Amino acid sequence: MSKSTQKEAPLTMDVFTAGIWKENPVFVMMLGLCPVLAVTNSVENSLAMGAASIFVLVCSNALVSALRNFIPKQVRITTYIIIIATFVTLVDYIIQAISLDLYNKLGAFIQLIVVNCLILGRAEAFASKNSFGKSVISALGMGLGFTLALVMLGGVRELLGAGQLLGYQIFSLNFEPWIVMILPPGGFIVLGSWLLLINYIEQRRTGKLIAEDAASHCTVSPTRSS
Amino acid sequence: MNPESLSFIFLSAFLINNFVLALFLGLCPFVGVSAKRDTAFNMSLATAFVMFVSSTCAYAINLVLTHFDLEFLRLISYIALIASSVQLVEMVLKKFSPALFRALGIFLPLITTNCAILGVALFQTSRGYDFLQSVSFSLGAGAGFGLAIILMAGLREKLELSNLPNITQAAALSMMLAGILSLTFMGFAGLGTTA
Repeated sequence: MSKSTQKEAPLTMDVFTAGIWKENPVFVMMLGLCPVLAVTNSVENSLAMGAASIFVLVCSNALVSALRNFIPKQVRITTYIIIIATFVTLVDYIIQAISLDLYNKLGAFIQLIVVNCLILGRAEAFASKNSFGKSVISALGMGLGFTLALVMLGGVRELLGAGQLLGYQIFSLNFEPWIVMILPPGGFIVLGSWLLLINYIEQRRTGKLIAEDAASHCTVSPTRSS
Repeated sequence: MNPESLSFIFLSAFLINNFVLALFLGLCPFVGVSAKRDTAFNMSLATAFVMFVSSTCAYAINLVLTHFDLEFLRLISYIALIASSVQLVEMVLKKFSPALFRALGIFLPLITTNCAILGVALFQTSRGYDFLQSVSFSLGAGAGFGLAIILMAGLREKLELSNLPNITQAAALSMMLAGILSLTFMGFAGLGTTA
């Protein structure tokens, strides 16, 4: 995404591209980390998880945005969660119908999309305040950014951990796979390395860090009536 | 060891398949609340309590849902259940310990979106645990979450005193630390088969 296209583009274009890089949900906002680390031991799993998340994100944000004037403020978080849970149940059954093999690989993490803070965070921070079209476009951008991050992690982990990409052998058979990359520690280390690299590039480019407050996490506002 | 025994289920959730470091559940609070040791401790107590309450209720709800063939409602009912137990904890804390309530602040409602809690409820259902096994599982998971987040907070407190390059600011270094912690927890894998 070059700077010039963002300047000239209409508002909706900017809304779309923001999620892909400038406000990337994983690398910049540190949202929805659990699936990011848990299912990215291969590119295939990453893509499937990304697709499922995009579907839930777009549908739930669309519905939240469409209903934003009808949802009472006091129970909005609960309402959002129920809306998200409905779509996740749908995805859960759809994936079972398409490929049981994939479903078994992803395990409980499909159902755990419900508690992905990215989705609830976007519903609360964006969809509940913006028009239908804008919310859908923003959700699409965020979802693509999320998938991009998943694939960036999955690619590195599958390449180093198995010497393959999407199941095709990349390194020669003499390559000794780094098993640790497929195991849980690899997820943390690869994500940490990507963050370091991104910080480094960003610092070289602009002289300041891309994510000054990236350690702050899920942006659901705490105000709930109790 | 018998993988069905209560002690093994507890140990497995606590160390071998630690919820944070091996299963990647509950990472948001793990990164967000692990800056100070005492907040981390309070957070893990609140989380463990919600986990226990919601897992016990989830067991009962699952019985009802299975009886009426309504399994497709499971996810929605679990999440509603967790949201209400968080609300309950919030009210109890506000009444009995306002200081703690203020200290936890924003993180309390966020327990709802802590995937570790939904994870406990979902895993105990999919593994077909009976009531006592579910209790032991949820206690182990809560303790494991607490252990991970407190260890992390201790490490991060030490790091504040050291001179670090700019690019390691924010979450990058936390992730690296978590990776090393996770590596050490892999050592527990020898304790038994995955249960």
